[in-house]
Amino acid sequence: MNKLALAHDLEAAAEQYLERIGHADEFGAVDLALNLLDDGVPAETLLLDLIAPAQRRVGELWAANRWSVAREHGATAVSDRVVAAIASRVRSEPVLGRVVVACTDGEYHALSTRLLAEVLRLRGWRVDFLGASVPGTHLITHLHQKGPDAVALSCTLPTRLPRAHATLTACQAVGVPVLAGGPGFGSDGRLARLLGADGWAPSADAAADHLQAGGLPSSPASMDAMAHLADEEYTQLVRRRPAILTGAMDALADAYPPMALYDERQMESTAEDMAHVADFLAAALYVDDVAVFTDFVTWTCGVLQARGVPPEALVRGLRVFRDQLREFPRARRLLAEGIRSAHAAETDDADWENER
Amino acid sequence: MTTVRPAGEETEVVSQGIRPAWRNDTEFLVEAGRRLSASLNTRRCARTTTELAAAFLADVAMVVLPPTRRRAGWLRGVAGQTGLEEGEIDLAAAAEVPGLAEALAGFPPVPSRWLDSTQTPVWLLPEGFGPVGHLLVTPLPGNGVPAGALVLARREGAEPFDDKTEALVRVFAARAGAAISAAVLYQEQSATNAILTGDLLPPPLTGLEGVRMAGSLRASQQAGLIGGDFYDFYLPDADALREDPGRRPLVTLGDVCGKGARAAVLAGQVRHSLRTLLLVEGRPERIVRLLNRSLLASPAKSPFVTMVLGAVHSAPDGHTRLELAIAGHPAPLVLRADGAVEEITDRGTLLGALRTIAPALATVDLAPGDVCLFYSDGITEAFGGPTGGEMYGTARLKADLATCAGMPVAALVERLEQLNTGWLADGVEQDDRALLAVQAAPPAARVPAGGGSGGEER
Repeated sequence: MNKLALAHDLEAAAEQYLERIGHADEFGAVDLALNLLDDGVPAETLLLDLIAPAQRRVGELWAANRWSVAREHGATAVSDRVVAAIASRVRSEPVLGRVVVACTDGEYHALSTRLLAEVLRLRGWRVDFLGASVPGTHLITHLHQKGPDAVALSCTLPTRLPRAHATLTACQAVGVPVLAGGPGFGSDGRLARLLGADGWAPSADAAADHLQAGGLPSSPASMDAMAHLADEEYTQLVRRRPAILTGAMDALADAYPPMALYDERQMESTAEDMAHVADFLAAALYVDDVAVFTDFVTWTCGVLQARGVPPEALVRGLRVFRDQLREFPRARRLLAEGIRSAHAAETDDADWENER
Repeated sequence: MTTVRPAGEETEVVSQGIRPAWRNDTEFLVEAGRRLSASLNTRRCARTTTELAAAFLADVAMVVLPPTRRRAGWLRGVAGQTGLEEGEIDLAAAAEVPGLAEALAGFPPVPSRWLDSTQTPVWLLPEGFGPVGHLLVTPLPGNGVPAGALVLARREGAEPFDDKTEALVRVFAARAGAAISAAVLYQEQSATNAILTGDLLPPPLTGLEGVRMAGSLRASQQAGLIGGDFYDFYLPDADALREDPGRRPLVTLGDVCGKGARAAVLAGQVRHSLRTLLLVEGRPERIVRLLNRSLLASPAKSPFVTMVLGAVHSAPDGHTRLELAIAGHPAPLVLRADGAVEEITDRGTLLGALRTIAPALATVDLAPGDVCLFYSDGITEAFGGPTGGEMYGTARLKADLATCAGMPVAALVERLEQLNTGWLADGVEQDDRALLAVQAAPPAARVPAGGGSGGEER
């Protein structure tokens, strides 16, 4: 099969594939993938050019409020089964070293990590896939027992970066180098470098290339502490999180009288949203990176707008935190930038409405 | 202080990746100590030893590991080259190397000048290495038994190993030997541990017709995979079915008093007891009563167990009927296809404490797509939330379960575990948490060809 025909076939298949996983049609999705495999489409192409893009679409459809949470999770579960079906059909002899693939503790976006595990397996690595949310101690025990050549650590959400950093450091402390990946480390990998990862890759095939080219040192370098943490803003925010959140909820109720009419469920989801803001703020403080916070604000505005909620709702929350965190100059700067991003998102939205 | 450099190297030795230049023996030993203390893995310790030795002590360095069944593994590194070679030799071949058999047997090292380097067998060296000028074989001292040997070779014409270097190598070998033997000990113990805990891990959930199941188990003790929560399922064997054609498969989820290994052992005993009891009895209520008697007779100090036990009946029109006995355990929840969540309220009495017990009995009818969720109190008693001080609670579990209507069971369990983990406050000691979802196969569900079960290691 030539490349053009293959690309064309995949494009047609991608629509069908999305349709099938969207209906949790496991049988149909597995059949579709295995038929392509039988037609000569390489397994790695199926994983990276059919399943991975479909998964990105699933995330977008959820964010745009076109798919429910249930549908999103159903589709992901089916894709996971498809990956398993492809893996069981294609055997590869492990001729290279051993790699441990794991999601950071608290991370449940395992499908993209699983795709990496399968790509590495196809390329001839012996892979231990530890799956979603791997506790740090469990991972380190595994490293002692199996003595792999490298750990591929995934972090999807920036809020897990402090945990990812602890895990990464622990792996390096037992002498195993770490290849970092996933959007949590920044689209350009800057946060992976900041946290001292031995390597970073933007995609599964790039990660496989990096490992194959011997891009990781056999023994990881130790790294210095991050100087910006000396102001203790991150430490204080995390330590006082419950009190800060309680205070923020009270201040929000004062600033926004309609909250008095919220039922229990509404109050709870507001509290969850505020907790989310605090967690992203903490992560941004930890890595001293404005974009970690403003990207979150912009993304959240999009998600809110798709559900008919104006960005002003988020801005109210950001203001409350800014007024509360008087002794946190770095956090206040981040919040000010966040408010600016939310306003920008609002304007974009208004422009867009006008164009229509 | 004399610093010995491999031939052809001047200021910096680079064998793999970026390595700091050690200016003297002390810096080398500090670095060796740091790197050797890091790992509890035998191969990695041997690898580090080889890399360090090849970078600082000789033109070629080989670690020969302690022999098992008359064969010994080895790793070899060459100064200035990336990557190591690995292989295995039998002991007869090892004896060809002057001094190696003695070193592996743990005899004290002999000075390099006493070893006849011209007797070095060809296999010891990488291809194209050329003749050996100097050979030094040093035992790696271990915990009573030797941890292998370090073989160093320098090319013809290179500086010989002088007394100072030999002393340095002995200090280095002592550190490497301690690291390798600690790793060997750890590997042996963790292998034993893996065998002992293997049976205590939750089983794969496949092979029950008309029913789909998914489970999740998170142990409170992070390093361990096991704890006092358990779930399992059992199929009646052919003999049991001959005697009693109505004998049904059983599903169970339970919680043993306590945490960690001690609780896990009792949980394992309960699971084995249930397997055995199903040979003679099929009614959940009767089984639970028999299990209570068995627990009362148990030598364990406080053999308290709460559990839900269900017999799985297939009913007309693709329905599944669960005949449940609940013993002191949170009662299961039922998720209907339309998102309605029902709760069976009675908990019954726990097992292992009283001679007379009153398990709560219930029957649940599941239409195709309906899900019965078993869970342990670690789920509802998860402590955290936005303010860090709130219990997750049954109401929240029910609300979250209601959002899962229409999901495949594996996705449902993963989502509930994810929401529950997200609720947990960092740094608070938590209980074991278990979930088991049993679903009457949804209308269109067929089992695809070639579908594996996801997530496990291979």
